[in-house]
Amino acid sequence: MPHMTDERVRAGLAHEEDLSLLHEVSMKTAGVSHLEMCIQCGTCGGSCPAAMDMDHTPRMLFAMLRAGMRDEVLRSNTPWICVSCYHCVVRCPQEVHIADVMYTLKGMAIQAKLYRDSTAPHFSQTFVDMVETFGRSYELGLASRHYLRHFLLRLPSMMPMGFGMITKGRMSILPKKIKHMDQLKKILNRAKQLELTS
Amino acid sequence: MNKYLLYPGCSMESSAKAYMESLNAIMEPLDLHFEEIADWNCCGATEYLGINLIPAYSLIARNLALASKQMNGTRTVVAPCSACYLNLAKADYYMQERPSLGEKVNEALEAGGLQYKPGTLDVRHLIDILVYDIGLDTIRSKVTHPLHGLKIVPYMGCMLPRPDYQNRWSDHEHPTELDDLLRALGADVIDYPLTTSCCGGHMTQIGPETAFELIRRLVADADERGAHLMATVCPMCQMNIDAYQNEMNHFFDTHYHMPILFFTQLMGLAFGKEPDELGIGVELVSSRNALANIGAEVPITQEPTAKRKKDEGLPMPRRWTKREAGKEAVK
Repeated sequence: MPHMTDERVRAGLAHEEDLSLLHEVSMKTAGVSHLEMCIQCGTCGGSCPAAMDMDHTPRMLFAMLRAGMRDEVLRSNTPWICVSCYHCVVRCPQEVHIADVMYTLKGMAIQAKLYRDSTAPHFSQTFVDMVETFGRSYELGLASRHYLRHFLLRLPSMMPMGFGMITKGRMSILPKKIKHMDQLKKILNRAKQLELTS
Repeated sequence: MNKYLLYPGCSMESSAKAYMESLNAIMEPLDLHFEEIADWNCCGATEYLGINLIPAYSLIARNLALASKQMNGTRTVVAPCSACYLNLAKADYYMQERPSLGEKVNEALEAGGLQYKPGTLDVRHLIDILVYDIGLDTIRSKVTHPLHGLKIVPYMGCMLPRPDYQNRWSDHEHPTELDDLLRALGADVIDYPLTTSCCGGHMTQIGPETAFELIRRLVADADERGAHLMATVCPMCQMNIDAYQNEMNHFFDTHYHMPILFFTQLMGLAFGKEPDELGIGVELVSSRNALANIGAEVPITQEPTAKRKKDEGLPMPRRWTKREAGKEAVK
């Protein structure tokens, strides 16, 4: 192992850089992520409307990726707080696909079971279950399953809203289903196999 | 004749059906013709992408594949929902930017007897074709009941102007397409710096404190600027600001009443359509008083209230408030 240079010591890098995590995340992200190009300018965190609720700003998270801090990154709530508003994406001087990197990190955290709060992963999974069953989103099923599981305290204040949505015909009681559900299932099953081998 | 393929998206049939009704009402005056993509499926919203990659993109691409089979004198797919628009545009773009993704997605599509060559279609949002294809002059010429005196903040939301893979919008942070369109209808358009701030997206479901703060900013600023109502181009924005405004008010102990309507509903009013043809009245924050400014009469609908008697008797779960949220966080 090569000796650490003075610059590396000054930069506070305790060990030799291991870029395998950074590359793994980059490769798993849709499109060309440009993640390796991050210059740590912090424009992302400064542009983020939800940064106040994040464990780490996107800039810090990317520094942690570069440092190979797998568990810390996958435990961070940052990807789950990201609202996909793409403010950081259009401002990033290096054109990093920040929001898509956040999607990748969510998927990795679910697989590694390292998320701290299960609310968001469960919501995504419930939504996906509905889509895989009906081919369409099913709001009433999604909302009732999710709220009973995670937000019992919120239910009393949610009732008038849910009632309003149903009586005004904005939430259907029964799910809508696409015609060629078999075709969609075949496509998704094949896609899942491909996901495992890629 | 202006002919397009239409990808309606799930919410147009449920929570945002007022958007669909009002779109149907303005199609005839604008000579717009839509052919719905047969047997389209959900785009996965912002949820599927966070679980895995190839299934998520294959789900989106099935719609593109079906649409490309249906091309008949047009290659433009119109999505009225900003999230659907972004997902369709994103899949088309990334399948080109990263050919290996395109190949895998096509391999998955093949299992269902479909295929899609990226770049075949042109994915566009509804307001894009109204402003740039139909044109503001045509729209202006159809106005019979100008919205003079109605103070509107134009709320574009985030997923429409960003990331903007095809450079369609006047600006990424402060686009003016919606301002221009509302002005063409005769409305008093208020400059709204938060026009592309986020409404919270799915955070109303998974992290309500985060979402309520984002909703509060938007509603409070519109209120301070003296707006009668907000205009939106996205079912998700409409849902968050309309259906969660009551809960947001409880959370911060505020009393905002800021209706939000789809821009197509306002176009319908300006074209002389009746409110009940345009799905006006199904919003949870009633637009009745706001629309009285232009003399439009909104059918009376009961507003849901969350009034609760004083705490007495057995302990029951309380309403979700900022205090409760603090306690939850400690737990």
